[in-house]
Amino acid sequence: MTAIALPYARRRHGAALGIGAAIIVAWAVVAAFWPQLVPYEPDLLDPASRFLPPGSAHWLGTDQFGRDTFSRLLAGSRPVLLVAPAATALAVVAGALVGLAAGTYGGVVDEIVMRVLDAVVVFPSIIATVLVVALAGRSVTVMVLVIAASFVPIVARSVRAATLVEREKSYVEAARLRGERSWGLTVREILPNVSSTVIVEATSRFGDAIFAAATLSFLGLGQPPGSPDWGASVSDNRLWLQLAPWTVLAPALAIASLVVGIALVADALRGRWEAGRS
Amino acid sequence: MRFLLRRLVAVPLTLLGVSVLVFVTTELVPGDVARTILGREASAESVARLRGQLGLERPLPARYADWLGGFVTGRWGESYTLRVPVRDLVLDRLSASMLLAALAFALLVPVAVTLGLVAGVNHDRPMDRLVSVTGLALGATPEFVTGVILLVVFAVRLRWFPASAKAPDGSSLLARLGHLALPAFSLVVLCTGYVARHVRAGAVTAIESPYASAAELRGLTRWQVVRRHVLRNSTISATSALGVQLQFLLGGLVTVELLFNHPGIGALLLSSAVDKDLPTLQATAMVLGLLYMLIVLAADVAFRLLDPRIRLGAAS
Repeated sequence: MTAIALPYARRRHGAALGIGAAIIVAWAVVAAFWPQLVPYEPDLLDPASRFLPPGSAHWLGTDQFGRDTFSRLLAGSRPVLLVAPAATALAVVAGALVGLAAGTYGGVVDEIVMRVLDAVVVFPSIIATVLVVALAGRSVTVMVLVIAASFVPIVARSVRAATLVEREKSYVEAARLRGERSWGLTVREILPNVSSTVIVEATSRFGDAIFAAATLSFLGLGQPPGSPDWGASVSDNRLWLQLAPWTVLAPALAIASLVVGIALVADALRGRWEAGRS
Repeated sequence: MRFLLRRLVAVPLTLLGVSVLVFVTTELVPGDVARTILGREASAESVARLRGQLGLERPLPARYADWLGGFVTGRWGESYTLRVPVRDLVLDRLSASMLLAALAFALLVPVAVTLGLVAGVNHDRPMDRLVSVTGLALGATPEFVTGVILLVVFAVRLRWFPASAKAPDGSSLLARLGHLALPAFSLVVLCTGYVARHVRAGAVTAIESPYASAAELRGLTRWQVVRRHVLRNSTISATSALGVQLQFLLGGLVTVELLFNHPGIGALLLSSAVDKDLPTLQATAMVLGLLYMLIVLAADVAFRLLDPRIRLGAAS
C-alpha cells in the first residue's frame, strides 16, 4: 500500500507545495523591493484623479484621495510580512522550549505547565486581544506579542506530544546510559528528532499569524488607519465599497492569496511528514 | 454523569479566573476613567468628586469583590458612554448576535456534512481533493476578506442581498434573516472546511469498515450505505470539530459585525474597548467568556450522547 501510495502522495503534494511556495516568495520579494517596483508613490495624493476605475494609467484604479491602488497594494505587503514572521518565530521558539521542557522533565513540571496552557487556551483569544490592545495601546510590538502569546500553547502542546514519543525510544535510553544529562540530552538528541513537528507547526502558525495580523489591522487594533497595510486598507476603503470596489477587493484578494499559499505549503508539508512516518 | 458534574463544576471556576483577568486588565487601562467620562474641559475638583463617587480611591481587591458581587447578582452598572444600564445593552446586543450565530450554524451543519460526505465517498479522487483543498483555503482566509468579496459580488454587483445587516425597524423575521445572509455566509465559509474535513475523515473510516462492506455486499447502493451506516459514524468526530468551530464563530462575530454594521455583542466588545467604556467592556467580556465555555461543554456532551460506546461506558 505504502509503496504505491507514497509516490502519488509526493507528486500530489509537490504541485501544491510548489504553487504555495511561489506565492509566498513572490510576496516576500514585493515586500522587500516595493520602493523599486511601484509606479506611483503609495501616499501620493492626487485630488484630480479620485475614484478612477482600473485602466492603463492606474492598473487597479485610485482611492478617495486619488492614491494609486496598485502601488498601495505592493507597499501594503510589508507591514504584514514583518509582523507575522516575527510573531511566528517568537511563538515557535517559546512554544518549542516550553514543550521540550514539559515533555522531558515530566512529572510536576509537566503537570503545572499543561494546566497553565489549558487555562490560556480556554480564554478566548479575541477577548484577550481586545483587552490587551485597549490596555497597552496600538503598536507593532503589542501586535507581535499578542499574536505570539496566543500561539505559544498550541506549539507547546504538539512539541510536548512529539517529545513524549521520542523520549521512550532506545537512542534516548542509550544517550542516557552514556551519562548525558537531561537538558543537554534534550537539545542534542530529542530536538533534532522533533524538528519536523516544529517545522509543520511553524508553517501552520505563520498562516494563522497573517490571519491574525490582517484581522487586527482591519479592526483598527493593529496598523494605523491610512497605512497601506492590507487589513487597514480594507477597513479604510469599505465606506466606498459601492463607488470604488477595486480599492477594497485588491487588498482583500492579496490577503487571500497569501494565506492560501501558506495553507497549501503547510498542508503539503504535513502530508509529506505523515507519509514519511507511515 | 460524573463527567458532566466535573465539567459543570469547572465552568464557574474557569469563569472566576476569566473574571480576575478581565477586571485586572480593564483596571490597568491607562488614563483616568473620571477624566474620560467628564471630558478634557472638566475641572480637577469635579474629576476628584466623580472618582470618589465611582469608588476609584478604594483598594483593588475590594473593588474586585464589589464588581464580581454586582456581576453575579445582575447589577452590571451603567455604560460610561451610552448612559444606559449595561445589562439591557449587553443582553440586547447578545440576542442580535445569537440570531446571526444561529443562522450561520443552521447553514454550516448541512453544508459541511454534505461536503464532507461527498469528499469521503470519493476518497482520494479529484472530487475529494477539490473539496479538501477549497475548504482548507477558505478556512485560512480571514472572515472580513470573504465578507468583502461577498459584499462586492452579491450586494454591489448582483444586488441579491442587502449590504447592511441592519434591517429597518419593524421588519419581519424573514426580512431580518435576509439582511443577515451575507454576514452568516462569511462565517459559514470560514468554518465549513474544518468541519467537512472531520466529517470526511469519519466517513473514510466508516466506509472502509467491515460493517459498511457487509452492507454493500448485501446489495445496498453506495448512498444507502452512506445514509444508514456512514452518516452517523462520521458526524460523531465532527461534533467536537463543530464545538471548536463555534468558538471561532464567536470570535468571528467581532469582525463580521463590524464589517456589516450588525449591532451585536462582538461589535459591542470592540467599541467599548476603544471607548474605554469599562463597565460595558467587563460585562461583555464576561458574557462572551461564559458563552464560550458553555459551547465547549455542550459540544462535549453532544459528542458523548451521539456515541453509544462512550455513553454506555460512562454509565457503567
